[in-house]
Amino acid sequence: MVYDLKSAKEPPLKERGAIAWIRHNLLSTPLNIILTLVSIWLLYIILPPLFNWFVLDANFAGTTKAECTNDGACWVFINQKLKLFIYGFYPESELWRANLAILLSGLAIFLVASEKTSVKIKATALLILPTISTILLIGGFLGLEHVATDRWGGLLLTLIISFVGIIASFPLGLLFALGRQSKMPIVKTLSVFYIELIRGVPLITLLFMASVVLPLFFPDGVDFNKLMRALIAITLFQAAYVAENIRGGLQAIPKGQYEASSALGLTYWKQMRLVILPQAIKVAIPNLVGSFIALFMDTSLVMIIGLYDVLSTVTLASSDRDWLGLGTEGFVFVAIIYWVFNFAMSRYSVKLEKKLDTNRRD
Amino acid sequence: MRFLRDEKIRSILYQLLTIVLFSLFVLYIAQNTAHNIESRGIKSGFDFLNHSSGFDITESPISYASTDSHWRVFLVGLLNTLIVSFYGIILATILGIFIGVARLSKNWIVKTLATSYIELFRNIPILLQILFWYNVVLAAMPSVRNSYSFFDSFFINQRGLFFPKAIFLENAWIIGLGIIGAIVLGWFVKKSAKKRLDEHGKETPVFTINLALFILIPLALYYISGRPINFEMPEFHGFNFKGGSTFTPEFLALLLALSVYTSSYIAEAIRSGIEAVNKGQKEAATSLGLSPMQSLKLVVLPQAIRVSIPPIINQYLNLIKNSSLAAAIGFPELVTVFAGTSLNVTGQALEIIAITMLTYLIISLIVSFILNVINKKLQIKER
Repeated sequence: MVYDLKSAKEPPLKERGAIAWIRHNLLSTPLNIILTLVSIWLLYIILPPLFNWFVLDANFAGTTKAECTNDGACWVFINQKLKLFIYGFYPESELWRANLAILLSGLAIFLVASEKTSVKIKATALLILPTISTILLIGGFLGLEHVATDRWGGLLLTLIISFVGIIASFPLGLLFALGRQSKMPIVKTLSVFYIELIRGVPLITLLFMASVVLPLFFPDGVDFNKLMRALIAITLFQAAYVAENIRGGLQAIPKGQYEASSALGLTYWKQMRLVILPQAIKVAIPNLVGSFIALFMDTSLVMIIGLYDVLSTVTLASSDRDWLGLGTEGFVFVAIIYWVFNFAMSRYSVKLEKKLDTNRRD
Repeated sequence: MRFLRDEKIRSILYQLLTIVLFSLFVLYIAQNTAHNIESRGIKSGFDFLNHSSGFDITESPISYASTDSHWRVFLVGLLNTLIVSFYGIILATILGIFIGVARLSKNWIVKTLATSYIELFRNIPILLQILFWYNVVLAAMPSVRNSYSFFDSFFINQRGLFFPKAIFLENAWIIGLGIIGAIVLGWFVKKSAKKRLDEHGKETPVFTINLALFILIPLALYYISGRPINFEMPEFHGFNFKGGSTFTPEFLALLLALSVYTSSYIAEAIRSGIEAVNKGQKEAATSLGLSPMQSLKLVVLPQAIRVSIPPIINQYLNLIKNSSLAAAIGFPELVTVFAGTSLNVTGQALEIIAITMLTYLIISLIVSFILNVINKKLQIKER
């Protein structure tokens, strides 16, 4: 045969590789070209000075403010105050206890988030590990020095408040969610009233209430310390949001599930425990993670009632006479901490959402 | 004990139990509170609202002096909360729409910039953002003498933002009338355009006509009635600016932080609304021969709004509640000045916290009522 199949020509240069990508994504229309130019100009204004401040002109080495001679950030400040920012006023010789407590709580989170552990292990881990951590942090036994809660601070305190808030608010929120869905009018009214009241007011008013009004509610002998008051306020606050998230999940469960489990002769609690809640909570998880992120950010409000969380230790340190004028570095440092935690949590939630989504399609 | 197995009887029993436990709890707290208040010599009742407060407030939209009552303090705080929320909502909406649309752009750089903005501001606590604007950005502004000036009428410095103040003269009502007239006229234009479309199948550029009416009528009246609005420019005298209006650094920091933070959530709501519209809808619109603009206006947006509006209004509510964080920088809104200063002066924690919470609750209820009305209006009218 004389016919040779010609090999296919490659697409023209402007339709392949990076050039095509640029043409289609950045320069497709006149408006797009203008937008691209404006964006590049914006980036040019923002990024180089930021990078200079962060890295190139920044001061990393040294122990005092005087050694920060470059124009950029003075990271020496963060370096020198890092212990304060992470542990607050926790005694230096006892820091291993704080580390161990964080490690144990981290282990609890890992066990709960892991796919391989059974529900029993998850529940046990969630109950026991944080309890051990708390006892370890307080001390006062076996020769461990007692560390009063007003010496807890920094990132440690932020994590404690978020962790306790998340764990303690869950059962309470679950009860209110079930109460709101209940057929009993009085139970329902009380639940709705509680949820709407809490959701209608800012957290800061609840914190104020816990710090000035709560002591009036109990007889003279009963006294809560500052941390306890903040924890009560945050738990009560978060419970209302958890309740609404779970209610969303409950409403997504088809009526047939309720009817089928009733027809099987299950009692209300068995019906909830075995059939409804496992499905409802699964649906609610992405929203729950969202409200946990919100809670984590809201813990910074305890600053206003005088607790030293990571944000207020930074504010405190930047009014130190030896380190005046370094508030920017401090705020940026806290912002990075919060950002990393939140971003990780929201990525995890997206992942979960995708996983649960495919489950439903199976 | 067979009757215990009856669901109705059991439900009544449970509810009785709930009532008894709840009442006991309330009674216990009430007794303790009454006892504590008495033994600690705290005053009770709402008389304090009429007593003179004895402290000054740095900025107030209504006249206020330290001889005024705590009731007046409450009003000042509430008004400041509402004012900062009002400006914040407007600014956050504009920013949010802008970022939300940019987030959906096909231009990769624009999209990435918008995504970074959203991810950055959504994941940093609002309190930290308020402190940052106040202690870092606004504290870095120049002294009064070296103010940044824009068009010689706006000035930014350490003491805040100074801008021209509109002074309405006698005939200013004519312009107000003109604005109302333009709105009424615009409504007629819209109606006749619809009629024209139905009867003759011809389109009218309603938006352009109405925009022109809305600008031209008041503008024409402004000149015809002899310029009844004057602008008082801020002027530098001695050590400070005199005349004009001022936003204090506290107000500005709160406003900017709230707007930027909330705008990132609004942008997300807008994005999810537009993405929620089924792809088939856009394809169907295109195959009907609608232009991209028409398809957006007639098919996509009406459906996207239905999804976007509820979360956006929720964000407005969050913004109002978050304005209470001004306590950290001392802007005199409700929580700072009433639940803070007034509480410290009078010591009547119970009453003051109750009033404050009730106020926020009422605001929330009003906002959710508005949300419900809008939701009803936007719902698909099924036949």
